[in-house]
Parts: sequence; structure tokens; C-alpha cells
Amino acid sequence: MFEKIWSRHGVAEGPGGHVLLYIDRHLLHEGSTSAFGRLAKSGRAVRRPDLTFATADHYVLTSPGSPAPDTEVRSMVESLGQHTGQQGIVYFGVGDARRGIVHIIGPEQGLTLPGITLVCGDSHTATHGAFGALAFGIGSTEVEHVMATQTLWQKKPKVLRITVEGRLPDGVNAKDVILAIIAKIGAGGGVGHAVEYAGSTIRAMSMDERMTVCNMSIEAGARAGMVAPDETTFAYLQGRPFAPRGDAWGKALAYWETLPSDADAKFDREVELSANEIEPTVTWGTSPQDALPITGRVPDPAAVGDDARRESMERALAYMGLRPGTPLSEVSVDRVFIGSVFVEAGFEWREAGCSMCVGMNGETAREGERVASTSNRNFEGRQGKGARTHLMSPAMAAAAAVTGRLTDVRRLVS
Amino acid sequence: MQAFTCLTAVAAPIDLANIDTDRIIPARFLRKPKGAPGYASFLFRDVRFDADGSEKPEFVLNRMPYRGAKILVVAENFGCGSSREMAVWVLEAYGIRSVIAPSLGDIFHQNCYKNGLLPVILPANIVAAFRRQLRERPGATITVDLDSQTVTAPNGTPHRFDVDPFRKEMLLTGRDETGLTLGFESRIREFEERHAREMSWVVPAGR
Ligand code: SF4
Repeated sequence: MFEKIWSRHGVAEGPGGHVLLYIDRHLLHEGSTSAFGRLAKSGRAVRRPDLTFATADHYVLTSPGSPAPDTEVRSMVESLGQHTGQQGIVYFGVGDARRGIVHIIGPEQGLTLPGITLVCGDSHTATHGAFGALAFGIGSTEVEHVMATQTLWQKKPKVLRITVEGRLPDGVNAKDVILAIIAKIGAGGGVGHAVEYAGSTIRAMSMDERMTVCNMSIEAGARAGMVAPDETTFAYLQGRPFAPRGDAWGKALAYWETLPSDADAKFDREVELSANEIEPTVTWGTSPQDALPITGRVPDPAAVGDDARRESMERALAYMGLRPGTPLSEVSVDRVFIGSVFVEAGFEWREAGCSMCVGMNGETAREGERVASTSNRNFEGRQGKGARTHLMSPAMAAAAAVTGRLTDVRRLVS
Repeated sequence: MQAFTCLTAVAAPIDLANIDTDRIIPARFLRKPKGAPGYASFLFRDVRFDADGSEKPEFVLNRMPYRGAKILVVAENFGCGSSREMAVWVLEAYGIRSVIAPSLGDIFHQNCYKNGLLPVILPANIVAAFRRQLRERPGATITVDLDSQTVTAPNGTPHRFDVDPFRKEMLLTGRDETGLTLGFESRIREFEERHAREMSWVVPAGR
């Protein structure tokens, strides 16, 4: 599948095996505004405003009715509005009901389609790969390059197929699958690769679940992660505002059906997992690879032979305020960050935005606070300086919210 | 972009694996424009300084011979995580021109090339030996020569490294990539015409 999309988007070949890759969708957020400034300074314009879409999600506040963001943020959001206006780019701005997190609105609006190339200045752009798109995160200079040329110089990555087979046990879901994958291959395990997620477990997943899996591809080091499009994908997309209609839908569908990898396709690397071996999973450290089943205990660095690894673990445990041997289910939590509908259960329902997933807008946890989080990064300081993050599924976060500590959700539902 | 040719400079070792770009520059500084006053002080902010802004004496860049190092010798997967190019800008602002590593986060790796920073990828055991030598002889220098693709270890041993010919050319000349690509305008136009015929549905319907 990767190969089919890649070969269809090559504009020219450069030295050293580089390909000038055509970009079908460019998504922008308020963090991308500096690229507009540099573009203007060099006297260039956006080449394909019709393939470019913008929203405000990274810096805007999510608390309803909270005071307007500070002047720095306000000027970023305003400048995004001005630049997109001048260049004729559709902008889902503050006050627009369609505004939301960039990787959610792409699919929601039908902008994300199978077989396309899609980029955004955010490392979790692989989320769109759930639709069978080749989607990856880029830096700010690359954002400017795509604005000016609608292309990027890329070296072809290797392809890693990760196959998950079988039915997931009750209480285990997509987040547990991806955390188990990252624990298995490591935070750098996918560097230099595009990942194709395959197998009956993945095929049985909804689009939301596939997006959860693809989103964290970068947490395993891979810039892109993708799932072959199928009936689930097509049913999700049909009738979305920007999705193809009428004749165009038929043509698109005919092409999309040719995308899944052929039975004899070769991959540079293969990894396999069994669904029935995956348990509700939480992270104990400061890298997404520091993940264990909730039934486990905080690991002991003294048991590790490799010096560098031991030192990293000791540092992570000191930061997280955890002692080796503590059962994970005895770790109490102070806060729960959950990106889903739980308002009936007494959670705050906020406006759309990245908020505590990235901590750019100032909505952060306090120093030393322990957070049960459905987001994707447990790095030092990610959710606020000194904040301690445990990654887990929404079901596990809800369970933690009910009991006040890390909890095996299976014990609450059974 | 500033060109990179050859550099001999003091190098600082950092041993931890998976140092993410949040640690290189925390999110709260991302809204600061590149080149803002004190930009270099955002580098490794929360591991380099205490809450009151005083230096943590144990952090390598706060120790005398390493202060002002222009080369970092790091461990696996340095620069993983967020795509923030500010992680490279802040290294550049501090004066770092080259990062020697067994592996780098993919986006960070690409971002280095766009800003005249040379990433040197060498086998893990060689990089570990570099770090050991730097700790044994604090203030030792490393030479990175892009043209000949050699890096000279603190103990004087030369090692050849691979670099993509395209990236090498761009770094040696300091050329603007967008300018180069615009030279492919007719090819891009041809592609767009064919793409519009073959995949007409790609252009969004709504608006
Ligand atoms: S919610 Fe998190 S992953 Fe999604 S776009 Fe925002 S920062 Fe990136």
C-alpha cells in the first residue's frame, strides 16, 4: 500500500535517492504561522490554497468562558486568520463550529482520504494514516516549502508491517494495542520506517480506534503509520462535507479498492502480536516505551544490565516519584486528562483543542501532580513542568477517575 | 541557511537515550519568536536551570570545559517526539553546529539539515566510545569534516560517516531548498495536470 501511494506521487528524482513528493493535503494550525511570515518575506505565495486547510487548536484555551488568551497567543491566532484570508485558504477559526483538533477535523470534514499524501506541522499527523493515506509530520521549514511548492524532498522510508491477530479481551482497546506495540519495539524501533498496521484485530477496529493506533506511530519512531482502507473507511467518509461526491465518489472508490497491499507484498521488517496477550496497559516512566500491563509492578533498574538503560530508568522513576516493586494498581492519581464525552459522570466538558496533550496553551498540571492521561506523550514536563504522566486508554483513565488510583478497568466492569 | 563545511570544537557528551524535543525546548517557550532575547537560555531549560533560574551544576553544559560546546555527542533516538523545529533553532542559538548520535528522531533529523546543523550517525559502540573519551578528557575537541565525510574522535582516530549526497550538497553550499525546488516548476506543473486527470477526486469537493 505504501509503495502504491509513494510511486503515484513522485514528481521528480533528485540526487541520493531523494524524490520530490507531491502533497495532496496540507493542514495548518496556529503554530504554523511563522512559516507564512517567512514565505511572505521571500516574496512567495501559497501555491495551492485549495489543497491547504487551517484550524486553531494548539494554543487556544479550551476552558469555556475563560478569559481571552494572552496577547502572544491572540496575535498568533489572528495572524493565522489574516494569512489564510489573504491566500484564500479555508480556515476553521475560533467561533467556527467546525474548528477542532487538526487530526480530528481532517477526517471529520472528509479532507483525509485514502491514497493521498497529507502533511502537517505536527508529529502526530500519522493519525490520518488510519484512512490509508500517507500522512506524516513535518518541521516549520518544510511547512514553508510545501506552501511554496506543494512538494517535499523525501527519501523513501523502509516499510514495517505490524500484524495484530485475534479478538481483544474485554476491557482492552486500541490504546492498549499501540502501547503494547511501542513497549515491544521501543521508542526508536520504527525510526526510518513507515508502518503498515494489519491483521484481524486492526480490521475489526472502528475508524476512531485505527486513528488511536496510527496517532502514536511516532512514539515508536515512525513518521507514518497506515491501515488499508476497507468498508469501515468508506462508510465513515461517504457524505462528509469535503469528501468526493457523485461521479467523483465512484472514481475514488474504484481507486481506493486497489490500495490494500497485495498478498505477496514484501516488507522490510515484520512484527507480530496476539490480541489475546494484550492487557490494559499503563506507562510508569517518561517514554511511551515504558509501558506495562496494569497487573504489573514498577520495574527495578538494578535488574538491568545495560548502563545507559539503567540510568534512564533511574531518572524516569525519580521524576515520576515511583519506587521499584510498587504494584501499578496502587499508584494514586491527582488528575485525569481525558479527551472524550464523560460530562454525565461529572467531568468538565471543554472546547476543542490540544490543551494538556501538549501543554502549549498554559493549561497544565502542577509540579509533582500525577496525571492519568489518554494523550500520547509522558515525556518529562510534557503536561507541565514537573507533572507526572501515566498514559492509558480512556477506559483506564475513567477507572482511575473513579478510584483515584491506577486501576484495572476489568475489575470495575466485571 | 548557514553552510557547514568543517568544524573543530569542544564536544559535550549526553548519555541518556530517547531525549525528546520537549526536553530540548519545553512547550511554554514555543510561542517565542526565533531569535527572541535570551532564546539560547530555553535550551534544555528544565534540566539546565532551577526554578529560580540558577544553573544546575551537574548538567553537562553548565560544567566548565563543556560550556559553549559546539558539538553534542548523544545516545539513541535523540530528538524523538514533537516535530517542533524550535528544538533545532534553540541548539543553533546556543551555538551547536553538529550532533553525533547512533540514531535521531526522524523529524528532528530532517529539521537539522534545514538549519545548517550536521547530524552525524555512527554505530552505537563508536558513539559510546566518543562519550567515554569526552568524559575522560573534558574539553577535548572533535573535528567534523563534511567534505571528506570524516569525524575525528577525541583520541584522534578518524571515522568515516555516511551522508546523503543531496543533503551534503545543500549543507556545503547553504542553499535554500525552496529556491531549488522552484527550479522544478515545469515538472510540478506536468505532474499536477496528470494528477488532475487521473485522480480528479483529490481536489476537495466542498468549500
Ligand atoms: S491533540 Fe495532541 S496529538 Fe493531537 S494535534 Fe494536538 S498536540 Fe498533536
